[in-house]
Amino acid sequence: MNIGQFIMMRHELLLTAVALIILIAEIFTADNSKKKLIPFSIGLFALVTILGFLPVQEGTLFGGSYQGSHLAALMKNVLNIGVLIIFLQAEGWLRRDENADRISEYFLLTISTLIGMNFMISAGDFLIFYVGLETATIPIAALAAYDRIRSRSAEAGIKLILSSALSSGVLLFGLSLIYGAMGSIYFADVAQTVTANSMVALGFIFFVSGMGFKISLVPFHFWTADVYEGAPVNVTSYLSVISKGAASFIFAIILFTVFKTLTEMWKPVIYTLAVFTMTIGNLFALRQQNLKRFLAFSSIAQAGFILLGILGANDLGMTAIVYFVLIYVFTNLGAFGVVEAISNASGVETIKGYNGLYKTNPKLSLLMTLALFSLAGIPPVAGFFGKFFLFTSAASSGYYILVLIAVLNATISLYYYLLVVRAMFIEKSDNPVPAFKSSPYMRVALLLCVAGIFAVGFASVIFDSIREISQNFMF
Amino acid sequence: MNILTLLIVIPVLTITGILFTKDLKGARLVSAIGMTAQLVVAAILVFMYLGARKAGVTDEMLFTADYMWFKTLNIRYAIGVDGIAVAMIALTAVVVFAGIFASWEMEFLSREFFISLILLATGVFGFFISLDLFTMFLFYEVAVIPMYLLIGIWGSGPKESSAMKLTLMLMGGSALLMVGIFGIYFNSAPDGGPLTFHIIEISKIQIPVEAQRFFFPFTFVGFGILGALFPFHTWSPDGHASAPTAVSMLHAGVLMKLGGYGAFRVAMFLMPEAAHEMAWIFIILTSISVVYGAFGAIWQKDLKYINAYSSVSHCGLVLFALLMMNETAMDGGIIQMISHGLMTALFFALIGMIYGRTHTRNIYEMGGLMKVIPILSVVYVIAGLASLGLPGLSGFVAEMTVFVGAFQHTDVFHRVVTILAASSIVITAVYILRVVGILLFGPVKDPHFEHLEDAQWYEKLSMYTLVIAIAGIGIAPLWLSNTILDSLKPIVEKLAQVAF
Repeated sequence: MNIGQFIMMRHELLLTAVALIILIAEIFTADNSKKKLIPFSIGLFALVTILGFLPVQEGTLFGGSYQGSHLAALMKNVLNIGVLIIFLQAEGWLRRDENADRISEYFLLTISTLIGMNFMISAGDFLIFYVGLETATIPIAALAAYDRIRSRSAEAGIKLILSSALSSGVLLFGLSLIYGAMGSIYFADVAQTVTANSMVALGFIFFVSGMGFKISLVPFHFWTADVYEGAPVNVTSYLSVISKGAASFIFAIILFTVFKTLTEMWKPVIYTLAVFTMTIGNLFALRQQNLKRFLAFSSIAQAGFILLGILGANDLGMTAIVYFVLIYVFTNLGAFGVVEAISNASGVETIKGYNGLYKTNPKLSLLMTLALFSLAGIPPVAGFFGKFFLFTSAASSGYYILVLIAVLNATISLYYYLLVVRAMFIEKSDNPVPAFKSSPYMRVALLLCVAGIFAVGFASVIFDSIREISQNFMF
Repeated sequence: MNILTLLIVIPVLTITGILFTKDLKGARLVSAIGMTAQLVVAAILVFMYLGARKAGVTDEMLFTADYMWFKTLNIRYAIGVDGIAVAMIALTAVVVFAGIFASWEMEFLSREFFISLILLATGVFGFFISLDLFTMFLFYEVAVIPMYLLIGIWGSGPKESSAMKLTLMLMGGSALLMVGIFGIYFNSAPDGGPLTFHIIEISKIQIPVEAQRFFFPFTFVGFGILGALFPFHTWSPDGHASAPTAVSMLHAGVLMKLGGYGAFRVAMFLMPEAAHEMAWIFIILTSISVVYGAFGAIWQKDLKYINAYSSVSHCGLVLFALLMMNETAMDGGIIQMISHGLMTALFFALIGMIYGRTHTRNIYEMGGLMKVIPILSVVYVIAGLASLGLPGLSGFVAEMTVFVGAFQHTDVFHRVVTILAASSIVITAVYILRVVGILLFGPVKDPHFEHLEDAQWYEKLSMYTLVIAIAGIGIAPLWLSNTILDSLKPIVEKLAQVAF
């Protein structure tokens, strides 16, 4: 192995470098000018995001523990774009005086989790996968408790760390059973020799349960709403978009490669999870008043849709998942961006509080509407394409009834998304959210989201190139 | 640029133009210019189409264009029209044009109103030109969703719940439709080869009968919900009654026709075996629609509800005619779509204008309007007569053809349902004449009504456009009927191949 091969790990190395640079910069900035770290860190990260798109070489490192593939690079880029938008959205919140002494912490913790996710995506054995997963999870708990003076935030942190510790334990137990049965932790070895004996099956169930916690599939979703509500909006958006996206990626990769020969065994499991996740997520979302909880449950339902792509179990499914998450990044961050901007400006976080918003803040209302329509899968915005292709992949494997359940669920979800639209456009209010101007950073972030929401759907070249990459990956 | 693509580009440009306007005056001016241009293009399209047919072009679809969109799934932007689509496009252009002028005084959030209205129209135009199921479905949903905002914001009465009900039921319909489309797509290449969404290509192959039996109900009911198929019609009366004038016009006039159009172009054309097998179920349902809608209209006292129920009845007749699956009846069904589209749009326009003056839609609170607003009243009578099928107006041509066609079936079942459905003509006469009597004649009930102003120029423009179109079809039905018949041939032939 020569040193040049390490370039394959470009994403991880760059992120580590950025984390270190921010740490050093933190030491050398005076206490009263910490706020300068914000544009500095965002700028650095933007650079990393762009560098991520340079062509990458495929191959393995460390005897197969690390797998660099085009698909993995693509997934990392998707996550990077999302994190960049989240950083831009965080600016107004970080600038507050109460956060002045921990600006760099925010960036460091977020980037650490991202490094963990990148390793997870590129993992070639269960060990790296697990280490990546933990690196990705623990800093998020600290982030959730970032507003530590607010007891809700601290509570969210504790809840997150406890439930993820439990889920990690379950996951690890599953992995150890699989190791016990197969005698190897390498994906490649396991994939070749895995058979459906009872030990593997048990290990697999534990593995799915552990992953279920991370993706917040029903019935492993109970932590989601409380944590989402308690955590700062920005962290919530990170949890609901980036964490969930990364976990879905790795879940799909492992199911499609490691457990490929067991497809017939895991399909019924995923089928059941999908039905419950979509339906229960939706039914709970119907009654939410707090927008963060509302988006939490809606994101549970969205995770159910992602499972449809997994059920496709072919390159189309993989494509649809990556494509959907890419769209989901823009869409959900658009919605969260609006929530965050309004929460920063006026503290309003309930649907009722949005009554009459269109009169005072027409642009934000329109953006929110676009994002919600995209979440509901209404054309011509991108969400329609994302959902359509997920459903196509499930239909390609013959799951028509499941598709019907999914589309009916999408219709239910339209109902509660429309409730928000109704509040903004139709309801009248005596004291609506006053008109305000959001910061330039926030505006750039929201513009990026709008561009994504419109362009990713129509630009078929994006879908087609993802499909090409997935085809190469799967066969 | 392909003339059909122009039909999408003009509305999109119009919407962009409205974004740059400041108030009602600007917005309505831009909309009027845009939709006039659209009407002109539609007229040119009609002449080009007739010219091409006259010159002996026998292609199934004309003015086609085909661009690859999502290469790996073989999704294409494929467009093309036959006589039926051309007629529907012309209908849409007329109704949208009339709708813009009917909302000339839309003060409240006027820019947003016109944008949503034209967005809806864009979806409808796109639907009619599409030959690719994916793009067709996309445009279909584009047409449905602005309805929520249009009814919810600018509607009247229990507008929020009506808007929600309408949107959810229609989206539920599109859920069924989506499953149907997937079924067609994944069975579009039974002998191997690339899968396709292209309607004409799929019509050349035979989808396995097993698959047809499973997916035909999804597709037909999916479209049927939009076409107010009993028992899925309940969104329609509430939705129409709560919607603002132009939206009722567009929705009853055009959007409901998407259901009928899709039902035969997608469901029956692509899955003929299943269509034959299951037709009887849907014939029963549509007969119920026809009679039930007509009876429903008798009891109503709100003008809009009367017309909404009558739409259920008339749109039921469209599906009824199509399910008869012979040339004459289907021809009648399509003429009925156009005829009903025009006259219901006229009705809703008139109701909006009357409501704008009297501030009530309850027929018992009005009376003697013929004395105070004669122009509106006369046009109302014309619309009513067209609706009950008076010869010389479009309704007669349509219903006559439908029932003649339906009666060509000699078996008892078809005879019975035909007679049942035909009885709706009488009921229609009852509810139309009842309203005309109460509303227009007799003493003026409210002294305030003595000083009502008659139609303004923009209202006249809106009404007369529709009246001319209705009378045009009534007086010279053959050119329309022949255009449609030409294009029906491949469909009827495909259906006849499997007749048993």
